[in-house]
Amino acid sequence: MSDKIDARGLSCPQPVVLTQKAIKDGKSNFEILVDTEVSRENVLRCLEKNNFNAAVSEDGDIFIIKASKK
Amino acid sequence: MRNYLSTRWGIIFTGAVIGVIAVTLQKLGNPANMGICVACFERDMAGSLGLHRAEVVQYMRPEIAGLVLGSFLVALVKKEYQPRGGSSTIIRFFLGVFAMIGALVFLGCPWRALLRFSGGDWNAIAGLLGLAIGIAIGVAFLKNGYNLGRSYKLKKSAGWVFPAFMAALVIMVALNFRVSETGPLFFSEKGPGSQHAPLIISIIAGIIIGILAQRSRFCTMGSIRDIILAKDFHLASGVIALVISAFVFNFLYGQFKPGFEGQPIAHTAHIWNFAGMVLAGLAFALAGGCPGRQLILSGEGDSDAAVFVMGMIVGAGISHNFMLASSPAGVGAFGPAAVAIGLIFCLIIGFTMREKVS
Repeated sequence: MSDKIDARGLSCPQPVVLTQKAIKDGKSNFEILVDTEVSRENVLRCLEKNNFNAAVSEDGDIFIIKASKK
Repeated sequence: MRNYLSTRWGIIFTGAVIGVIAVTLQKLGNPANMGICVACFERDMAGSLGLHRAEVVQYMRPEIAGLVLGSFLVALVKKEYQPRGGSSTIIRFFLGVFAMIGALVFLGCPWRALLRFSGGDWNAIAGLLGLAIGIAIGVAFLKNGYNLGRSYKLKKSAGWVFPAFMAALVIMVALNFRVSETGPLFFSEKGPGSQHAPLIISIIAGIIIGILAQRSRFCTMGSIRDIILAKDFHLASGVIALVISAFVFNFLYGQFKPGFEGQPIAHTAHIWNFAGMVLAGLAFALAGGCPGRQLILSGEGDSDAAVFVMGMIVGAGISHNFMLASSPAGVGAFGPAAVAIGLIFCLIIGFTMREKVS
């Protein structure tokens, strides 16, 4: 069971702050929900920088980003 | 489809284009080192609407509307138009008010700070340092759980109200709308407000920048914030590109005039150049975007960003009516007091709008 971070409706840079926090807390598998293209790009860039793999799926207007440590 | 403008080269391209367009607008008539200044131009708009009576800074700047409309159009096409709002709206309004008060103590938004620097106005250095410090304080709040809360999806009309308002203003200025000698609209006959590039060029310039900035997510506040918060230099590369291209074109146009004294629409009170931008930087950081970025977001349907912009426009009225704004002669009578009040306001917001960090 992976952790879930709900960053929907949060404005820049909250989704990235929450992602960073998850990484800092030592989580190696987690899911982030965002609802804007900008947040998706920012979170993906943050994951990339921190050596995480990311897989994005879409559910309506929501992007589900699955992050796992490389 | 891949968004090329959101790549590293895309943001560099955007910054460079903003630099070129801005200094070219100066060549074509906009005030010196003010090719595009979101704070100054919103202040001129406030004057044009009669929200303040500083006669030298009244013009309905079409660049501002262009930015919003460019973003609106491209967001629609790219399916990124999302009407949303409801995230601590009243706080965002007052962050806008105080952001403008701080920016007008310095005399410019971050974009103009960069343009002033590229034009050789070294007074901008104190402002840019202040901006960085203000943003650093904002980042400290962000790291401690500061958050204005979620926004929610809204109905379509919530998203187009602001772009429609901007379109209406452009139509009014295009028709040279003046009911009588006493306005509205008001247009300066002398001073910075009377200096402007041809209307159609200003609109097109604004739309081009609006489109590029929407696609690339260009943000000056974000550039400094991301360096401090995440050692991420993505947005910063766009800002550096802006400075370099503006410098090169200023040089080519013969607009580069290095020094501290006698710089256009600037003053040499370094402490207040610095402090004004600390306030502005902190307010931008707490609100999540520089003034330019807030215009772009409001075009995408973000009504919270639109409220921040309205806060800035009202803040400009307050700044001039209450003698807070600086002028080339120096700092306004109550500018320093207003900066202090603004900082206290922002600190209270930063400390109180927090979610528990577990």
